Amino acid sequence: MLEQPHINLPQGSIEKQTTTLNLGPTHPATHGVFQNILEMDGERVVNSESTVGYIHRAFEKIAERRPYYQITPLTDRLNYCSAPINNMGWHLTVEKLLGVQTPKRVDYLRVIIMELARITDHLICNGVVGVDTGAFTGFLYLMQYRELAYEIYEEVCGSRLTTNIGRIGGFERNFTPAAFQKIEKFLAGFPKALKEFETLMTRNRIFVERTTGVGPISAERAMNYGFTGPNLRAAGVDYDVRVAHPYSSYEDFEFSIPVGTTGDCYDRFLVRNAEMWQSLSIIRQAMDKLKGLPDDVYHADLPAYYLPQKQDVYTKMEALIYHFKIIMGESDILPGELYNAVEGANGELGFYLISDGGRSPYRLHFRRPCFIYYQAYPELVKGAMLSDAIICLSSLNLIAGELDA
Amino acid sequence: MSLTNDYIKQRLVEKFGEELTSFEEPFGILSFTAPAALNLKVMQFLYDDEELQFRFLTDLTAVHYPHQADAELAVVYHLYNFREKVRLRLKIFVPVAAPKVFTATKLFESANWMERETYDFYGVEFVGHPNLKRILNVDEMTYFPMRKEFPLEDQTRIDKDDEMFGR
Repeated sequence: MLEQPHINLPQGSIEKQTTTLNLGPTHPATHGVFQNILEMDGERVVNSESTVGYIHRAFEKIAERRPYYQITPLTDRLNYCSAPINNMGWHLTVEKLLGVQTPKRVDYLRVIIMELARITDHLICNGVVGVDTGAFTGFLYLMQYRELAYEIYEEVCGSRLTTNIGRIGGFERNFTPAAFQKIEKFLAGFPKALKEFETLMTRNRIFVERTTGVGPISAERAMNYGFTGPNLRAAGVDYDVRVAHPYSSYEDFEFSIPVGTTGDCYDRFLVRNAEMWQSLSIIRQAMDKLKGLPDDVYHADLPAYYLPQKQDVYTKMEALIYHFKIIMGESDILPGELYNAVEGANGELGFYLISDGGRSPYRLHFRRPCFIYYQAYPELVKGAMLSDAIICLSSLNLIAGELDA
Repeated sequence: MSLTNDYIKQRLVEKFGEELTSFEEPFGILSFTAPAALNLKVMQFLYDDEELQFRFLTDLTAVHYPHQADAELAVVYHLYNFREKVRLRLKIFVPVAAPKVFTATKLFESANWMERETYDFYGVEFVGHPNLKRILNVDEMTYFPMRKEFPLEDQTRIDKDDEMFGR
């Protein structure tokens, strides 16, 4: 940080020593609806204050009135760049409350979808860091693989961005052969594109000089600020919920946790890139593991919570009763209190759920990683240039939907 | 040495004796209640102790129980130990008439916004917080919307008649 001596100006002078600059709420550089009020000394940031809450939708309050299965679409809208992870996180939380053990095939299918979601999220984030440093090509080039990933979601659940994918107990329908073909296509084509993206960016001198040393944070400060996910790992802490508290059979997979050292924008970029390779390897392993399993299992045997087949509803008494009870939200849920976390694309996504045995949660709190680590932003950009502050913002991977819930 | 819930409980009881109550282990997470005046002391002890090392504040939120007289609001802390990968849940009960809790911002920077959010939705006053104002709701709001006295609209009400949608 460059110390600049303050100039003493005569009383009544129109020259101010610092200027106030509003970055956002709606500005292309903020990648979402949130505001930063920056106090600038020339081109340097002296201080900043963040204002959030522009798209607050009271999900926690709404969740207190909804039956459990109707909360899944709310979780879509948290981190909408990787909605499937949020959905799965919610299903896993409810399954933990109910004490459900899902079949291995369901776990592996979930892992495939979650890792695809992680790739799409990191791909957007890293692409955007490129855009903010002046390289539009990478972003545009990788976008076709996000499109392919969205086609895979579409094949599995019918929607693309806010997916509402899966149900409590498994998936709403089996994966079609077309879905598997598209996953294979993704696995075949994406490594090449990612390799090219890395060739374009990683050792690019302009990019390296533009991002190294920008917005650094030490491991200790990062932990104190509640960082999780790639941002914490870039600071050198190898904390990953998938390894620390495995869920959905992550313990069956072999993968490593990439870590950085300085926690600056360049390290965050490298960690995300390395994680995409790990995710690809996990998807590959999951596809191989699926070959040895019966191909018609796609949900747990859970008649009281998982919707029966439609033809059974018309012909079988039990199926009709369960269908009615589930749709009306009258399934019995045990009272309980739990905290369950999954490794979201930008950190630990936690669900703190209290059930009093009623049709909807007594209290549901989302631990949103963005919301917690964004408060470090003033410290990260203090003394930086305005253009560095913008790169720092994009490399933190802030998603407005998750910030505000 | 792996840190077990029993050992943590033993250390806490040694240090604070009868002050800590309601030890439970729902879904494997050690959960207990501390008096409002002791929240910082307990967290500081958990933070500083060489064996316990709960140095990460995972989550902070509140829950409203309107039927518990003089203990309507529960402030819930989730602490985490990175080394041993152990979670811990600490609860503080305060009356809704005077919901005063000491701030944890001196210990964890991350508590800053989480406490503001808790204040915003439940009105818990964090004594000593550097900037305790609303964060997600508008500043002009005069009530705390997540409290149970503000129910969402009842879906079965019949006094509303909408020509298009029948209700």
